[in-house]
Amino acid sequence: MRRARTPAPLLVPAALAVVFLVLPLAGLLIRTPWSQLGTLLTAPGVGQALRLSLVSATLATAVSVVLGVPLAWVLARSRARGRAVLRALVTVPLVLPPVVGGVALFLVLGRQGIVGSWLAETTGITIPFTTTAVVIAETFVAMPFLVISVEGALRAADVRYEDAAATLGADRWTTFRRVTLPLVAPGVAAGSVLCWARALGEFGATITFAGNFPGTTQTMPLAVYLALQRDPQAAIVLSLVLLVVSVATLLLLRDRWLGRGAAA
Amino acid sequence: MVAVLAVVALGAAGCGGGDDAAASTAGASGSGPSGTLTVFAAASLTDVFTDLGQQLEGDHDGLTVQFNFAGSSALATQLTQGAPADVFASANGTQMSVVTGTDLADGDPTVFTSNVLRIAVPAGNPAGVTGLADFARDELALAVCAPEVPCGAAGEDVFAAAGVTPRPDTQEEDVRAALTKVELGEVDAALVYATDVAAAGDRVEGISFPEAEGVVNDYPLCTLAAAPNPEAARAFVDLVLSEEGQQALEDAGFRAP
Repeated sequence: MRRARTPAPLLVPAALAVVFLVLPLAGLLIRTPWSQLGTLLTAPGVGQALRLSLVSATLATAVSVVLGVPLAWVLARSRARGRAVLRALVTVPLVLPPVVGGVALFLVLGRQGIVGSWLAETTGITIPFTTTAVVIAETFVAMPFLVISVEGALRAADVRYEDAAATLGADRWTTFRRVTLPLVAPGVAAGSVLCWARALGEFGATITFAGNFPGTTQTMPLAVYLALQRDPQAAIVLSLVLLVVSVATLLLLRDRWLGRGAAA
Repeated sequence: MVAVLAVVALGAAGCGGGDDAAASTAGASGSGPSGTLTVFAAASLTDVFTDLGQQLEGDHDGLTVQFNFAGSSALATQLTQGAPADVFASANGTQMSVVTGTDLADGDPTVFTSNVLRIAVPAGNPAGVTGLADFARDELALAVCAPEVPCGAAGEDVFAAAGVTPRPDTQEEDVRAALTKVELGEVDAALVYATDVAAAGDRVEGISFPEAEGVVNDYPLCTLAAAPNPEAARAFVDLVLSEEGQQALEDAGFRAP
């Protein structure tokens, strides 16, 4: 892509946007109690919460890719009727307050829920207050980000490649695997990153549906929220840890994965 | 005349206590406090304070009472970060001292009511919970408040007093969240306040236990030094401390201070 000088009318709003987005982060950094950093970081539970956050966000992203990419294909390519309604329905979690999402998950998957009560009766498994519930809550909130991104990529992709593959005898599944998927890989990568970041920061649905217990369901955002109740300094340090780890992960991925995709 | 009385009441009483001088201003409709009154109050006060706020609005034309109900510690944090408010009512002394410690309170806080813990179970008590000891049963789904919030701190004290090691499935972020889980039937029991059980109606049953008497939670309130509407703040505090206000608190399951 040709690099251009930024048009003047874009410069001021762009600069304002940067200030607006970066200033709160700067505030966090300025107010971090650097001298207490060591003690606060080694406090019991911090590593545990961080590990749980990373694992559950990654699992939520994996589930979202497995289920969300096919859904995006249906939304972008299938000729099924009612796609507009379907699209509106699956993006509901984007506008739903996450706490409401958590209650809704209870009503379906809780032990008194429509599916959950049946599950508890037949198998004895109850989902709420488990790490599984964390992954479910995060997936519910984060998957739409991936679906929207991938759908956008599919719509922008040139269908003539797929037509060519079909003409050359590839069946529809092969075409999807060998042509469509590589074509939209950057979109899937970007969507996954968005999805992972959203899952990592998820608070409302998680604390509602999965509850809060150190080691099983207390992710970093929950730990930050509760630390804020007692010790705001500790909350700042915890936020910083989450921030550093997520930014580092995204940069690493960008080099290894997105970088290649974006260059393609 | 009314304004003068109110000013006198403010100067004399500060946050200190029920003063009958200001109470007399509350009677006169259409005069006295007006504008917007902002009250930051502990989540457990939601129902009583909402009613008292409507009553105050009815007594004074042109007065709007708005509430910020949340966990006391979250409110204390918001106040120390400069959130504008006229009255702060905390569910314990610790969070009040966060506010008084930073000189945000106008005078000394007044303890206006108190609350004890109670076990909340879903209607019909499906798990047959009888007392605190049931919180050690691993097979039950149990909720307590997180130790960071007042009801959780009080819970730790009663468990220590009872010699019970609780095995909760979740440590909720505030007492209403714990109660919600009982109402939804998702936990077999939760440790909440007596008032929460009273407010929940038919879906929740309360079980009292002897150890609760050892951990009585005092609720202090104060007007704030930077209150945008000190006159209305004073009127609200007086209403809470009045016989009427105290009766409303008692009806909701609170105890006299």
